[in-house]
Amino acid sequence: MSRIQARFSALRKEGRGALIPYLQAYDPDYETSLALLKAMPKAGADAIEIGVPFSDPSADGPTIQAAALRGLKAGATLAGVLKMVEDFRTTDQETPIILMGYLNPIDSYGPERFCVDAAKAGVDGIIVVDMPREEADLLDTYAKREGLDIITLVAPTTTGERLRYVLDGASGFVYYVSITGITGTSSASREQLEEALPRLRQATDLPVAIGFGITTPEQAKTASRIGDAAIVASALIKTMASTLTAEGHATGSTVSSVIKQLEQLAAAVRS
Amino acid sequence: MTKLSSLPNSLRSGPDDRGRFGIFGGHFVAETLMPLVLELEEAYRAAKADPEFRKELDYYYRDYVGRPSPLWFAQRLTEELGGAKVYFKREELNHTGSHKLNNVMGQILVARRMGKKRIVAETGAGQHGVATATVCALFGLKCTIYMGATDVERQKPNVFRMNLLGAEVKPVTAGAGTLKDAMNEAMRDWVANVEDTYFLVGTVAGPHPYPEMVRDFQSIIGTEVKEQIMGLEGRYPDAIVAAIGGGSNAMGIFHPFLDDEKVKLIGVEAAGLGLDSGKTAASISRGRPGVLHGNRTYLLQDKNGQIEEAHSISAGLDYPGIGPEHSWLNDIGRAEYVSVTDQEALDAFQVCTRTEGIIPALECAHGLAHVMKIAPKMEKDQIIVLNLSGRGDKDIFTVARHLGVEL
Repeated sequence: MSRIQARFSALRKEGRGALIPYLQAYDPDYETSLALLKAMPKAGADAIEIGVPFSDPSADGPTIQAAALRGLKAGATLAGVLKMVEDFRTTDQETPIILMGYLNPIDSYGPERFCVDAAKAGVDGIIVVDMPREEADLLDTYAKREGLDIITLVAPTTTGERLRYVLDGASGFVYYVSITGITGTSSASREQLEEALPRLRQATDLPVAIGFGITTPEQAKTASRIGDAAIVASALIKTMASTLTAEGHATGSTVSSVIKQLEQLAAAVRS
Repeated sequence: MTKLSSLPNSLRSGPDDRGRFGIFGGHFVAETLMPLVLELEEAYRAAKADPEFRKELDYYYRDYVGRPSPLWFAQRLTEELGGAKVYFKREELNHTGSHKLNNVMGQILVARRMGKKRIVAETGAGQHGVATATVCALFGLKCTIYMGATDVERQKPNVFRMNLLGAEVKPVTAGAGTLKDAMNEAMRDWVANVEDTYFLVGTVAGPHPYPEMVRDFQSIIGTEVKEQIMGLEGRYPDAIVAAIGGGSNAMGIFHPFLDDEKVKLIGVEAAGLGLDSGKTAASISRGRPGVLHGNRTYLLQDKNGQIEEAHSISAGLDYPGIGPEHSWLNDIGRAEYVSVTDQEALDAFQVCTRTEGIIPALECAHGLAHVMKIAPKMEKDQIIVLNLSGRGDKDIFTVARHLGVEL
């Protein structure tokens, strides 16, 4: 059983949803983001989404874009991000790791080589923002062979008929992009989520993670109950960014302030 | 024309049903946008098949855009170059001063058919922005134009025009503040406002069906050239030259000639300070295939797949990518892609102005610079057509600065 499957079925027994924090690799530098990554499971992360920095993240908002640029400035490469996962796996064999990024760095690395190396490094799932179902054959075969889940994105704009198409052959979990917009801007209301989820549940038995616009512990709690997981990204990055020096360097409170916020989110999800 | 494009082996039949030209093209957008892209594809198919749509478009082309644009024999330039006869396809005489209105007029009619109430667009030099703001004024639609902050600074007259036309111009400070960043920002706006907003792409790039749709609307240029050159010379030209940023004016003049093998098609990229200077916009000469802004195409990128900033003296050419159909035409060898430096373009700009009394956009000055290289080596009975895609009023400040003149 994959780590993703194992984690969701364990949580189902526990009777709660998952909390999935996001961090941008190399933001603001390799050591700090690795330290953050390593501290996350103990603070309540049930799985972790790692952003692969890209120069042109056109589906992300200003917070994640700034994080990506800091990461690139710190020397982030796809190979470096895989190394980070490898380093994380030396201390943690259980927490599922999902890489999220844009297609071009993967394409440049080579789709097959990427899937082989990602699986070897200990990656469990991949989210490629600008690779819709129509173009997924680029990675599908290699990912399947290496036991990696290509996480399917579903949006409020995804129609009923299309839902069946995009979920055909999906694995891991389904990522519900809860708003029509970019990351870290608006939030979906409880009512909107309550309306959207049954439609999704009808189309898939996979766990549904809800992301985009989840900021507060209260929102994380709601999303993890209506869905199966809440993904929090921009809110954590904002906290991290606020601890950096004017030159963008980490300070003594960089890791601890994010971890503190994560603990509050985790407590809400568990309450 | 219809006969040729219905042949399965016609070079004009692309893209395939996946929106690809060979390995290029496709629709690489976020899932949120995918249903919109498919809806657009359907709406465009229906429009294309509807004679009423073509009739409406022809009406606006004739009475609003000012088509057909003349094919001008540049006699003094020809004499100065001392070789092939040089003709200019005068797209700069279109309303708003460039070829951009051909595409914008077509897309705005599609947007209206789709019932969209608001238009977003990206612009580099401002030609596409001005054209978009113009049709939004004409049809009473809300309009937001994203423009790199650097470009807002160097293209002030066009910013003022857009404002006069009632558009909101949003400067983009992310990245280098140029066209690539404006494109990202326009896509973000589109994702956030999918319900009522139409994304009016200005070049033959972006997710399918944009490269096809923009090409179709711009193909009026080449279709007219065919007829006009037959009338003037009784034969097709030996070469067609056009400048390339994203490549819409070039695709527009190339496409009707794709199956006419004897007509050499030459796209001119902006080399900027030189192909090996690191300050270039020549995506085909110095890039490699990758995925950005919804399509697979030649891109300026580093070895890790991060997109690099493009540089050109012309704000309209400094895009790190190129339309996917051009990438394909390059790979199959049907079109030739060359490059011209900032300095060569500046020189050509002045030659054109002096010999023909036409101030060209810096974009087309790149095309002209290449014409100046090849025409003297050709026979006097040979013919080159240059797509003079825009007028240079917007560029006089840039040119003045490079000539050391203070305006």
